[in-house]
Amino acid sequence: MNGEGVRRRDFINIAAVSFAGVGGLAALYPLISQMAPSADVLAESSTEIDISAIAPGQAIKAVWRKQPVFIRNLTPEEIKAADAVDVSTLRDPETLEKRTTAGKTNWLITMGVCTHLGCVPLGAGEGEVKGEFGGYFCPCHGSVYDTAARIRKGPAPKNLEVPPHEFASDTVVKIG
Amino acid sequence: MSFPWANEYKPSHPLMQWVDDRLPLPRFVYNAVGAGYPVPRNLNYMWNFGILAGFALVLQIVTGVVLAMHYAANDKVAFDSVEHIMRDVNWGWMLRYAHANGASMFFIVVYTHIFRGFFYSSYKAPREMIWLLGVVIFLLMMATAFMGYVLPWGQMSFWGAKVITGLFSAIPLVGTPLQEWLLGGFAPDNAALNRFFSLHFLLPFVILGVIILHVWALHIPGSSNPTGVEVKQESDTVPFHPYYTAKDGFGLGIFLMLYCALVFFAPNLLGHPDNYIPANPLSTPAHIVPEWYFWPFYAILRAFTSDFMFIPAKLMGVLAMFSAILVWFFLPWLDTSPVRSGHYRPLFRKFFYLLVVDVLVLGYCGGAPAEEPYVMISQIASIYYFLHFLVILPIVSSVETPQPLPFSITEAVLGKDEHAALSPATPAVA
Repeated sequence: MNGEGVRRRDFINIAAVSFAGVGGLAALYPLISQMAPSADVLAESSTEIDISAIAPGQAIKAVWRKQPVFIRNLTPEEIKAADAVDVSTLRDPETLEKRTTAGKTNWLITMGVCTHLGCVPLGAGEGEVKGEFGGYFCPCHGSVYDTAARIRKGPAPKNLEVPPHEFASDTVVKIG
Repeated sequence: MSFPWANEYKPSHPLMQWVDDRLPLPRFVYNAVGAGYPVPRNLNYMWNFGILAGFALVLQIVTGVVLAMHYAANDKVAFDSVEHIMRDVNWGWMLRYAHANGASMFFIVVYTHIFRGFFYSSYKAPREMIWLLGVVIFLLMMATAFMGYVLPWGQMSFWGAKVITGLFSAIPLVGTPLQEWLLGGFAPDNAALNRFFSLHFLLPFVILGVIILHVWALHIPGSSNPTGVEVKQESDTVPFHPYYTAKDGFGLGIFLMLYCALVFFAPNLLGHPDNYIPANPLSTPAHIVPEWYFWPFYAILRAFTSDFMFIPAKLMGVLAMFSAILVWFFLPWLDTSPVRSGHYRPLFRKFFYLLVVDVLVLGYCGGAPAEEPYVMISQIASIYYFLHFLVILPIVSSVETPQPLPFSITEAVLGKDEHAALSPATPAVA
């Protein structure tokens, strides 16, 4: 600019390089966005499950978004055990009531995905180890969940996630 | 750059002369790994491992490209296509075992290469850039190896992918969206398998590019040597070819014997039987571990079992695991001793061997189940690992009295300097 102020050439130079830069960044967007979940993956976002055959004390593994979901029919003792815990002592403080649907607190519906690194905890299948708090136990890194699927011990930071769900009828639950 | 006494490339054949005038590629090779590269005369067998690592990379690229001709990166058929390679493709079993065990051999060689660097302080000025590029290569290798292990789409593949991408979900705020973006879904699926295949094919060539930079940076100061004393005169060096091509050739023979023993007599020794079970998103293997070369870092990841101050245990483990490698980037500035070689550093040497033991202990714990006493041992070993680099090295560097260094490489080899053999072209040194 050597004392003459902004020359016509400087303007053209900056404008051209800026334009190319913006264009380059804009071209980057689809390249990054293509890696996000595609439409067909997102479309598998809700599923309906018949829960009529699950007796108290039993649980099933369903699949939602290609991940396991635990649907567990809690026994009165398990509900009592979950309610007996002082919530303020928990790592991720939540009551069982808050984690279940009102009037159906025996139906504990959570993701079967450990919040540590994503393994499937044991405890939903027949005869599997339920851990020292009677809920779920993750064999990968030793996280222990209680009967409300709340984290009690081990490296996981959060309770097992409760997916969005509603009861379509007394025997059918819709997840997602 | 090279030493002034380096041999000059003089093509005798007119065709080579013609090529040299137009594209001096043979000259480039001659100066890089031929008679035109003067190398310290005292290199021991620890200096074989750079070339061996390069050989292992070529081996992986050749076997990998061939396997890609038969493999199908689709979650429905990936597992079957690997079995097809094992059972039906001509020599497919050998190519796959060569590739899988080639990865293990690559890591054995590279770990030796890295610990050679630790012992002889190869990272010190003026070779910092070689070291930094080397750490980049190691990180790329880890990414490549991880994605390659996912491709057979067995149980360990699937759950390895889930756990490792789960590491990213530990990052506050952006973690979960980032994990979904990396996977292209909510759990490892066809999208993830496909992109891992694409990147597993690409990254080795990126590694090749960084290796070229690594060797380029090496040729600026020239190779280091076991005394750590820089080259001073012609008698300190010999031409790379034939002296070190021969020595490396011998090392390569040993390497190939070990490698072939693995491939032909114990091809699954270092693998996991669980990976011969097709991926099942609803059932985690009881004992989930990565390949052996990730065990030390996996142990550090699992060592954090309770929250540390305000940082959740999970994030802490992830940060520590990545820091365990990132700390190597700072090594040239953490070790401030002017003496390079561990041979002349009595105190440093002891701590070096302690570090080797510490990493072996971490490795053992990383392969063991996540239960006591392994968790506690991992915790102690992880603390010591970081203490070594961040506290012990700087202190040792400042309090240690090194042993006297030889005047030159020639003196270290021959006991005295005067009768060093010089080439007839060199003027006598007064």
